[in-house]
Order: sequence, then structure tokens, then C-alpha cells
Amino acid sequence: MNDAAPRPGARGRLLLTIGLVMLAVLVAVMVLGPSLAPYSPSRTTPDSLAGPTAQHWLGTDSIGRDLLSRLIVGGRSTLLITFASVALALCAGLVLGLASGYLGGRVDLVVMRLLDVIFAFPVFLLAIAVVAALGPTVPNLILTIAIVYTPTLARVVRAPVLSVKRWDHVEAARSVGVREFDIATRHVLPLVVSPIIVQTSLTLANTIFTVTALSFLGLGPPPPDPNWGSMLAEARQFMELAPLTVIGPAIAIVFASLTFIVLANGLREALDVGSR
Amino acid sequence: MIEEPLLSVRDLRVTFPPRRGRPAVRAVEGVSFDLRRGETLGLVGESGSGKTTTGRAVLQLQRPSAGSVRLLGRELTDMASGDLRAMRRHMQFVLQNPYTSLHPRMTVGQILSEPLAVHRAVPPNRRAERVAELLSLVHLDPKVVDRYPHEFSGGQRQRIVIARALAVNPDLVVCDEPVSALDVRTQAQIVQLLSELQDKLGLSYLFIAHDLAIVRSLAHRLAVMFGGRIVELGDADRIYETPVHPYTQSLLDAVPIPDPALQRARLARVAPEPHIPRHEADLSPCCFGEDHRATGRPRWHEVGPGHHVSCHFWPTAQAGADGANAGQG
Amino acid sequence: MSDAGPLLQVRDLTAAFGRAGAAAPVVKGISFDVAPGEAVGFVGESGCGKSVTARAILRLAPEGASVTLGGRVAYRGRDLLQLPAREMEQVRGRRIAMVFQDPMASLNPVMTVGQQIDDMLRHHQNLSRRAARRRTVDLLGLVGIRDPASRADDYPHQFSGGMRQRVMIAMAVSCEPDLLIADEPTTALDVTVQAQILRLLLRLRHELGMALMLITHDFGVIAGMVEQVFVMHRGEIVERGAVDAIFRDPQHPYTRALLAAIPRIETARRSS
Repeated sequence: MNDAAPRPGARGRLLLTIGLVMLAVLVAVMVLGPSLAPYSPSRTTPDSLAGPTAQHWLGTDSIGRDLLSRLIVGGRSTLLITFASVALALCAGLVLGLASGYLGGRVDLVVMRLLDVIFAFPVFLLAIAVVAALGPTVPNLILTIAIVYTPTLARVVRAPVLSVKRWDHVEAARSVGVREFDIATRHVLPLVVSPIIVQTSLTLANTIFTVTALSFLGLGPPPPDPNWGSMLAEARQFMELAPLTVIGPAIAIVFASLTFIVLANGLREALDVGSR
Repeated sequence: MIEEPLLSVRDLRVTFPPRRGRPAVRAVEGVSFDLRRGETLGLVGESGSGKTTTGRAVLQLQRPSAGSVRLLGRELTDMASGDLRAMRRHMQFVLQNPYTSLHPRMTVGQILSEPLAVHRAVPPNRRAERVAELLSLVHLDPKVVDRYPHEFSGGQRQRIVIARALAVNPDLVVCDEPVSALDVRTQAQIVQLLSELQDKLGLSYLFIAHDLAIVRSLAHRLAVMFGGRIVELGDADRIYETPVHPYTQSLLDAVPIPDPALQRARLARVAPEPHIPRHEADLSPCCFGEDHRATGRPRWHEVGPGHHVSCHFWPTAQAGADGANAGQG
Repeated sequence: MSDAGPLLQVRDLTAAFGRAGAAAPVVKGISFDVAPGEAVGFVGESGCGKSVTARAILRLAPEGASVTLGGRVAYRGRDLLQLPAREMEQVRGRRIAMVFQDPMASLNPVMTVGQQIDDMLRHHQNLSRRAARRRTVDLLGLVGIRDPASRADDYPHQFSGGMRQRVMIAMAVSCEPDLLIADEPTTALDVTVQAQILRLLLRLRHELGMALMLITHDFGVIAGMVEQVFVMHRGEIVERGAVDAIFRDPQHPYTRALLAAIPRIETARRSS
């Protein structure tokens, strides 16, 4: 058992700092969004597919809209969908993983088989099927992605619960007369949070890709609202004429997902995940 | 007038179901004993003898497959889980390893308040007071309430574990190897504390241990377990001085004595190392000359006042010498 | 004592966890001798440095720790702490062998115990495969394992704790070492098995004429096993002497406290 308070190593601290700075940029974009953007993202100008100028720092797109403004506002929508769906998946994963691991037996069997079924589908096939059936609205997109990532998070919760529930202090709590629900939430759950935090961060990184890819395929939030995936899709045909229209969103996507990967690795070392 | 025992265990059985191709394990096979108020029953045996499972089955942390456990006159084995939780304020548990039996992220104050809150033992505004009282009871400074378990030594942690067990004024405390993870000097202090608390609070202990010397310093009565059964039960002094069952004898014989001359002599004596069979044929007549199939009485013999011995698990040599009908089973 | 001088001469041995500079001392300059064929016991509570001392002789560190050693550990006049790693391997296991508390941790779970002893013999003694196996079976018989020829083909998990410790002892004495270091060899075992292992160690010591260094927290285990006792406390030897003298008339208050704390099987509960 790990008694001492976690002591982050130098490498972990550095990664964590970088990750947190990157996250601050993303959160700023998400919260401040429209007020940061120099123009309205839907304002068109005759000057289409222009390169960077003093007015338009990153140039304009095919119908003359300011690329930087669209990136910022589009990022807000992409990130909101990402955070909302991961939050939903985390809630479902916590409940299912804890119930499955703690109760064991038949509950475990049923829950895990159910999640296996979801897990067995390729992510995009499942997402396309759900969005196609329910329609491409933002809430549907969030729900779909949450469903897709619930099994991963549920498993990450379940595995350590299986071992922690056998620890002596759990038996001690039971012998004192603590209710099973309180044992699960107060004596087991607090000791399994570290791997869950790390996995949540990794899931955020994956979700960025999933959200943009679905938007790219036209299953994202409907136009004219910008988002990184649909921006890429629109800009694809003008790639040679105005490379920034493709490179801009691409870099934004990579930056956002890198943020969560760096953060996950920093957290992994800082929280000492895997050493138990 | 005969006082009703605090705890009465009858024909307790625990069978673990077969798993992954391994056969079912009968960990406890018909254990019976009584525990009176203010008394310590030492339950000794080697690993695999079923002593820990017996302790857990008494507390219903392991539901027994058969038999009866009565505490304060109430049957625990078929009790609904809500009633059982309420009953837990009368029976508490002290586990072996003080390094793992405390929640690592809870402070001492939180750990000790939990049982008080669960059983509404004291009103919320008096909890802090009671926690301080408990800490002084186990000779810890009440100022440590805000500290975490890892800030304490093994002996101090075991004091916290004991304080938690005493929080709700239990009648029975099951101690499962409470000192075997500690250093010798700390062991002596904890044993001293347990015996002091018994005198002060009138507690009854079911004291499970493999160390016969430790048990000797605490137990009024002794039960020796082997192969899931109690093979000898009686007054502790009697058994330590005149053990009857060959397994008890070999157990006592193996305890190292902290006296060089005696211990050298003991090790030099070529011990016959009696081979005690784990599973035995149903011998009749048994080593006490009784044919249990004919008499229908349990295989349990009184060899002195309150001193009982089982005729299970006697070395085959002895059985061969005694029973001409061996092998008929 | 033999005229040939001590088998092992330890002078001012220090051990500290961590790298030099920022190290936490656990053994603070202890000195002792072990004569050929002599049995010595080290007693102390957890954290007193007795296990680190035992491992320091073979330049081993407790698992997951790095240890900085100082002083002199002379085996037959050669300082083991200065020996090149190559030559140290020749001493380790061959001239000085060690048995630990947890035999499962020192055995390879996916090799039969026979293979593991064979390998050890072939490595140290250049025996042929068949000769090694013959010797392995002899060794398993020597440590009291019934039907050694077939048990040699069993895996560690098929042995009980006591039998596993016998296997470890067989492996340790396979090269007939001059010194066997046993670190809490019976702590994890049941009391009847403990007595068997202690008898086995005594018998092997006399049959093989090896010296024994027994490390334990239990004065009862030491009592019948050794001639000399060293009591360790906080990295230092606080008392040393012949075993009978120490039990009869302990000088250091710490030794007295330890002896007083031993539960006695002959003393009943005080009546209340």
C-alpha cells in the first residue's frame, strides 16, 4: 500500500506544468470564445482565400470569413462537445464500473457483457449509426460519444475496485457496520481515483479526434456554426490555394489532443499510477 | 444459576464453493464453543486450520454454510442484513495488519467517528469528546485526531484499530492475530493494553493466534484447531500443562523456549514428528475405545472437568495400535 | 575456535540507504568475527539494521533500495567490499550462501525446483546435466524432502511454505558453503514447521561443517541455535556475548527490555 503522500518526480512536475499551461489556453478559448475573436465568425468579406494580412492574421476562407475568428469560435464548440461527452461518459463509467467491480457476481457479468457489446463496435460505425438514427444535433453527438467511451472508463474504474474492495480496511469498515453503499463510495472509490483521472485525460485526447472526425464527416453540429472538423472538410478542396485554411484547424486539433496527452502523462507520474 | 454465555457457536460450518476446477474447500467443519462475559477464548492453530475463517464466520463477515451463532441470545446466521448491521455494535473486529486495516486517506478522528455515526452511539455534538476519550483509553494523545494513519508506528496504529473497535462499547471483540505483525516489545504492550481494557470494560475476546506463548498470557480458555475442527477445548492452564490431543502436544512442543539450555535440549531431542493425518478413516472404535457409530455420540470426549478432546486426527500409528478394526470405514 | 583465524572478519561496517552524500545511515560502523564452523545470531527489532548487515556481506541491497557500504568485510582475509564483481559472483552462493524469509520471492515460479538447483550446480561446479540432477536429488533428500526424485520435477507453487524453505536451503547448501546466512528463515512459517527447519539447519551445520549466521527478531529461535549473540539496535551492536551469558545476565538495558518482552509459554495470564 502506498502510505506516503504522492511525491511527483521532476519529469512529472515539468509535464504537468506544460500540460496545465496548454489547458489554460484551451479553457480560455472555450470560456472567452466570441469575445476573443476579432470578427464575427460568419461575417463574409469579398477577399476570399486571402493570405495573412494585418486585418486577418491567418487570412480568410473560401467565402472570405476570418480564419482566426472561426478557429476560436469553432474551438469553443469542439471543446464544449468534448468536455460534455467525456463528463457524461465518466459519470456512467463511475457508476457502472463501481457497481460492477464492487458488487461482482451477476451484476458484474451483465454489466461487463453489455459494455463488451458496445466495445466490440468500431467507434465510428457506432457513432455514425447513432447520429444517423437520432439526427446530427449537438446533444445527440454528445450522447453518442459518451456511449462510445463509457466502456473504457468503466473498465478503468472496475479494475482497481476489484482489488481495493479486498483490502483490510474495507473489511474493517464492514465489521464496524458501515452500509455497503458508504463502503463503496467512501472506502473504495477515493482510493481508485488516480488511474481514473489519468484515463479521463487520455479519453479527452481521443474524444477531440472523434468529435472533429465526426464533424468532418458531416455528423457534427450543423452549419453555419464553425467547428474544427467541418472547417477541415470545407477547406480540403482549396488546400493548394490557401494552405492555412487546412493547417490552422489541423494544428488546433493536434494542440488540443496533445494537451490532454501531456496532462495524462504528467498526472500519471505525479499521482504515481501503476505503482500500486 | 448458570449464566447464559455471551456467544454460543454450534456446529459451525464454512464451505468455499469449487472454483476454477479446484474442489470445494471445507474450511470449517463443525465448530462449537461458548464464550462467557469477560472471558478470553484463545483460538489457536496453524495456517489453514480454519481459525481465521471461524472468526469471520462468527462475525458474519463470512456467511457460514451451516450451524448457529448466537450472540446475546440472538441468532446471527439468518438475520436480515439491516438487523445484522445494528447487531455489529455488540461485536467488533481487530484485524491482524495495522498497516492495512486503516483507511489511508481518513484522519484518526474520521476513523474513530465512523462507528459512532453508523450506530448513532453518541449525538453528533458529543462525537469529538468521545473520540478524545477513546484515544486516551488506548493511551494515545487526543491531539492526534487530525493525523493520518501513515504518521503512526505499527503499535500506535494497532491502538487506533482497537480504539475503533471499542467506540460503540461492544460486548465481544474478535482479535485475529492482533500482534503478529508487530515487534516483540510492541506485542507485549498491546497484549498488556488488551488485558487492561478487558478488566476495565468487561470485554469478551475471541483471540485468534498462531503464537501459543502470546495466547497463554491472555486466554482463560483455549480451543486448538486443526483441519477445520476444534481438536481440544478447555481451561487454558490445563491444556498448557497437560495437553491430551497429539496435535496440541506437537504444537506446544514446537514453541521455542527463550532459554538456551532448554531450547538446545529440545531441538536435540529427535522429535518423532508425529504424522497427523489431514483426512482420516472413520475409525471404530476410536482411540478412546468408543464405537461412535454404535453409540451415535459425537466424537468428543471429556478428559477432565470442562476439558474436551476430539478423537479426530490421531496419528495413524496410535490408531493402528489401538484399533484392530482400522480401515473398515 | 580454529587456529586459522576468523572465517569472516567485519570491521567498522557502515551501510546507508541512498547514494553517498544524501544517504540515511542504517548500519553505523559495526565489527564482529565469525570463526569457521561457528554459529552466530543477530537479534533486533525491525529497522535495527540486522538484515541490511546480512545483505551487506554479500553486497546485496534490500529490494528496491540502493545502499552505500563502507568499512571492511574480510572473508578468509580478502575484503569482499573491494572485490571485482566477477570474483564476488564466485563467493556469492558458492562460499557464502543466503536463505531469506520469503522463499517464494527467491524461486522462479515457471521453472521446476530441480531445474533451478541443477542450473545453480552447473553454473558453480561445471557438472554435467546428469551429475547435476543426481546431486539435486541427493540435496533434496538431505533437506528432508520425501521422494526427492519426483518432487524435483514439481514447480515452487506445488510445495508448502515449509517445503519451499527446505528447497531454498537445499539450493543454499548445494555448493557446500563455508557460511550460511539465514535471514528470518522461519518467520513466515507455522511453529511446528519452524521447529523442523531449525532442526534441519542444526543438522546441516554439523554434517557440512559450515558456519551459520542466523538473523531473527525472536530470542526463542536464537536460543538453541547459536554460540554467540549480537544484539542490534538502531544500526549498532549494543551487546555481544555467549548465548548463555546474554540470556542469564543481559547487560544492556535494551537487551533486558527485549528479553523481558518475550511472552513465556510457562507463564499463565495473571488472574484478575
